[in-house]
Amino acid sequence: MERLKLEIPGQEQRAFQELCNDISRRINVSPMGLCPVDITLNVIRMCHAQSCGKCTPCRIGLGQLANMLESVLDGAANVQILEMIERTARTVIDTADCAIGYEAAKMALNSITNFRQDYLNHVHQDHCMYGLKHAVPCTAMCPAHVDVPGYIALVKAGRNEDAVRLIRKDNPFPSVCGYVCEHPCENHCRRRMMDDAVNICGIKRYAVDHAGKIETPVCEKPTGKKVAIVGGGPGGLTTAYFLTLMGHQTVVYEQRPKLGGMLRYGIPDYRLPQDVLDSDIQYILDTGVKTVLDTNIGTDITLDELKKQYDAVYMSIGAHDDKKLGIDGENSTNVVSAVEMLRNIGEGKVLNLEGKRVCIIGGGNVAMDATRTSLRLGAEHVTCVYRRRIDDMTALAEEIHEAQMEGAEILPLHAPDHIETDENGQVCGLWAQPQIISSIGSDGRPSVRKAKKDLVRIPCDYIIIAIGQAVHLKPFEESGIRTQRGAIQAEQTCFVSGSGNVFAGGDAVSGPATVIRAVAAGKVAADNIDQFLGYHHTIQADVEVPAPQHTNTPPCGRVNLTGRSIEQIQGDFDLVSMGISSQEMEQECSRCLRCDHFGYGILKGGRNIQW
Amino acid sequence: MVNITINNIQIEALENSTIMEAAKSAGIDIPHLCYLKELNEIGACRLCCIEIEGEEKLVPACDNVVQEGMKITTNSARVRGACRTNLELIMSQHDGQCTTCVRSGNCQLQKLANDFNLLENRFEKELPAGKAAQWETDFPLIRDAGKCVKCMRCIQICNKVQSLGVWDLVGTGSRTRVDVSENRTISQADCSQCGQCIVNCPVGALRERDDVEKVTAQLENPEVITVAQIAPAVRSAWAEHLGIPEDSATVSRLAGALKKLGFDYVFDTSFSADLTIMEEGSEFLEKKTKGELKQYPLFTSCCPGWVRFLKSQYPQLVGQLSTAKSPQQMFGAVVKSYFAEKKGIDPEKICCVSIMPCVAKKGECSLPAMKNNGVQNVDYALTTREVMRLLQAERIHAEDAVEIPFDNILRDYTGAGVIFGATGGVMEAALRSAWYLLTGENPNPDAFQTVHNVHPSDSQPWKEAEFDISGTTVRIAVTSGLGNARKLCEAILRGEVHYDFVEIMACPGGCAGGGGQTIHCDDQARAEKRGSLLHKLDQNMPVRFSHENEDVKQLYKEWLEKPLSEKAEELLHTDHFAPV
Repeated sequence: MERLKLEIPGQEQRAFQELCNDISRRINVSPMGLCPVDITLNVIRMCHAQSCGKCTPCRIGLGQLANMLESVLDGAANVQILEMIERTARTVIDTADCAIGYEAAKMALNSITNFRQDYLNHVHQDHCMYGLKHAVPCTAMCPAHVDVPGYIALVKAGRNEDAVRLIRKDNPFPSVCGYVCEHPCENHCRRRMMDDAVNICGIKRYAVDHAGKIETPVCEKPTGKKVAIVGGGPGGLTTAYFLTLMGHQTVVYEQRPKLGGMLRYGIPDYRLPQDVLDSDIQYILDTGVKTVLDTNIGTDITLDELKKQYDAVYMSIGAHDDKKLGIDGENSTNVVSAVEMLRNIGEGKVLNLEGKRVCIIGGGNVAMDATRTSLRLGAEHVTCVYRRRIDDMTALAEEIHEAQMEGAEILPLHAPDHIETDENGQVCGLWAQPQIISSIGSDGRPSVRKAKKDLVRIPCDYIIIAIGQAVHLKPFEESGIRTQRGAIQAEQTCFVSGSGNVFAGGDAVSGPATVIRAVAAGKVAADNIDQFLGYHHTIQADVEVPAPQHTNTPPCGRVNLTGRSIEQIQGDFDLVSMGISSQEMEQECSRCLRCDHFGYGILKGGRNIQW
Repeated sequence: MVNITINNIQIEALENSTIMEAAKSAGIDIPHLCYLKELNEIGACRLCCIEIEGEEKLVPACDNVVQEGMKITTNSARVRGACRTNLELIMSQHDGQCTTCVRSGNCQLQKLANDFNLLENRFEKELPAGKAAQWETDFPLIRDAGKCVKCMRCIQICNKVQSLGVWDLVGTGSRTRVDVSENRTISQADCSQCGQCIVNCPVGALRERDDVEKVTAQLENPEVITVAQIAPAVRSAWAEHLGIPEDSATVSRLAGALKKLGFDYVFDTSFSADLTIMEEGSEFLEKKTKGELKQYPLFTSCCPGWVRFLKSQYPQLVGQLSTAKSPQQMFGAVVKSYFAEKKGIDPEKICCVSIMPCVAKKGECSLPAMKNNGVQNVDYALTTREVMRLLQAERIHAEDAVEIPFDNILRDYTGAGVIFGATGGVMEAALRSAWYLLTGENPNPDAFQTVHNVHPSDSQPWKEAEFDISGTTVRIAVTSGLGNARKLCEAILRGEVHYDFVEIMACPGGCAGGGGQTIHCDDQARAEKRGSLLHKLDQNMPVRFSHENEDVKQLYKEWLEKPLSEKAEELLHTDHFAPV
């Protein structure tokens, strides 16, 4: 009789694993607005089904928790039950023998703590506070609420121009977003229940690359109102575009010689070519937006003067100051901030890194931009030093991957300690403290702590700091604009209370964020400024979206963008990523499940033809 | 046109028509429950799922359009089986107490279950319980959560047509239900009581508050003098389920049936519609002459759904409502004063019952301000449907009743009064008399046809017109449906448009399409047809001017003196700011 046997996964085990994978993909893209009590009940039921049944709290306690949650949902419980649920959950947390039990009870306890008001609503009124507010997940997740299924259907139908016009209804930067959007729209794509998210951003890029020249829309009749916009980045230009369409005269004040803000002075050309950016900006300017370049608010003209000269002012000044590390040696020669380095390149002042060793400190997208730019500036060796793990970096995964492919080294779990300089005061090395990954913080991200290892010296000639940006607030604070934690304090309507006629949005209010969030703020500001001026203009696209075909859409892999092969990286600032082919476009478009039509979308909120 | 095949029959269908419509045009009836043409094509009930060649799954016919070469099957075992199962699923959550249901015999779900020969339901019954199933039973609109089939038609009609959003989906998942939106009770929800949700409910989940028993008790009480008044629009719809020809389904026959039922007096509200024109028309001319309509117009006040809407949505415009009571209330006020005195009856002994195409009239007649000398003008308002139930309960076959003339002294009515029941009718009637009052001569009664039977659209939410009456320019607007009313109010408030006189009726098409009218299960819209009938009746009337109503003239001569006299103000006008 054999004592040991090889265990080969059987058909049933594979089927079971598939079931689990399906559930985990599905739960990740749950629609927003579901009843939290109902979801908790069903999560607890699923956890209960995972129980081995040995210990009392897990075998019985989870079931009783489920029963109590059900009675809350049925409107059959009184308010004392909430205390009973908490007490039972705490007992299961304290006494269940393994994670199957105590982790489940933790979820129940978190639920009743975080959604207490909803539990009370169920008990007192037999009513859930929540409900589906957004029918279409991609459109809901897009901060500017771009009609994603609409433009995908148009691209599929070969109507790229209409697709771009439809995007411009909500976002006048279709080209820029086709290239560099962080595409939050893909996060909750319902297609993930089947296989993977639709490559929405790739389809958008296909549309803008193939749309050809589009005629400038006609503006409403002039209202005689004038609006000043401080800052010619994506947010400011969005507000200018929509307000101009509404018939108001807009004037954009930009402190630099060219428009575009961070798009021009922050994002390198190999990600966003200048001509792509220029095409969006030109389209906006063609509507009649006026510009005043090379003009600084505070020194050349004050905010108070603008407030008097214009009926309203929109401040979209962005976050262009750099943040400091606060370590010894930070002020040495050859320590530069990433924002400054990238801005200088935008202005034609290129840093020569030929043959140099460069350290980049930071783990976000700007750090990756600095890393990959350094390689292109001829650096011999580029190391990106980050204090947590690569998995914890906030940069997009594809950016990190591409940086590594291009030859950069990522050194995770090293926290900068001090900067070593030579006798001339020039950087010669970065000393870093090795770390180990540690407990999960309140933000849900793992923290780090000191490893029991000595400081490490990384020899280098340049250090580029990319640990975040700050808003340059001083001239505006002097004009009485309220600020809070380094940002302008504005309402959700973008109105700056107490200012009389000033609105603000974008990075200057939210802190450094993304293009699409700046666009969203610009759109909200345009709407509220229009109202503030006493109007109620609407913006629409007049594009009819084709009805969905019933073509079957069996599970299918997602088409990803590919990178151009780079032979000599030094000096190569040409676009890296390559757009999808028309064959890939067709397949990718047909993966769209048309949530504007199927499911809740056809009942409510599937399509907003105007705003 | 596109070529498609349905059940092996080749047909041509209109491009962009739904599969449902295309099949219907070929005489193929696809079962459906939630479908409401153009308003609710959402594929919720899934009873209309059909097979399309090349498609892996069944496809709902209501929300998908035909495509060239499409091969459709509606009669396969798979289609029938799926429909049957979904029907059983719907019935498992439907409180199928058909014997005590107001819609029994006129219910889409009941008909489907019968058609499909569903003799049992294999699924466990799941009905709402607890607070979710409770309702304010004295509200004119009653909802039975246990009967709701979640078709969403009430949500859509209230949102898209009436712009009030009273209904919504509440909760998510298995407990999703239709209920009053935003966690409000029905009395908190600014419901206009128009009743459009009722007439569009496929089952008995929504109905008017039933006042039939209360009226029966009054009829049986020998101490009480019962007086019925029949609203103009009722004549256009009351006999629709009786299967009698249109020219036999007269209001005189309904009057005959009501007499048989035991009403002591039966009248036509068209009489007081004429009276309304005298008061409202005079009020309009007075305000116009005094220059009080320079900013905002005078709004008609005969539709209580519209009045409720204005009070809750645009309180700043309530002062622009005509103070004239509605014809229903004027009738009650006159019956319990002038008529009572002439007949020597104690007004307190009169029970005035109105037969209305309307649910909001129930709310209106119980308003505290609708009283004179402490006596309520109208005691009960019954919908067209309720009066038919009342007749049935008394075993009176209305189709066999004899036609009788209305009772005396408030008998006369004109064509102008009859068209009150259709959108634009009040305006048309008012203009006919305004012309006379300004010029001393009658206009051609058909001179104002441009405002009648107005059918607003998204691009033209109201109809406007301008008339020159001996040098006075009168700018008017007419619309029906509260969504259109909202657009008009917004435009007026923004100063984009300016009118002198505006007629609004809450229900699309006016009272002819009222929320208290006869309900059908055949997807046919009837408001327009009923409105046309009222206009046809007007054309055939010997008198078509309210100011020529002999009994109205007599009333002024003997009792009220003249329009807007002190007595008329007291009896026939109301305060829209009075507490409700």
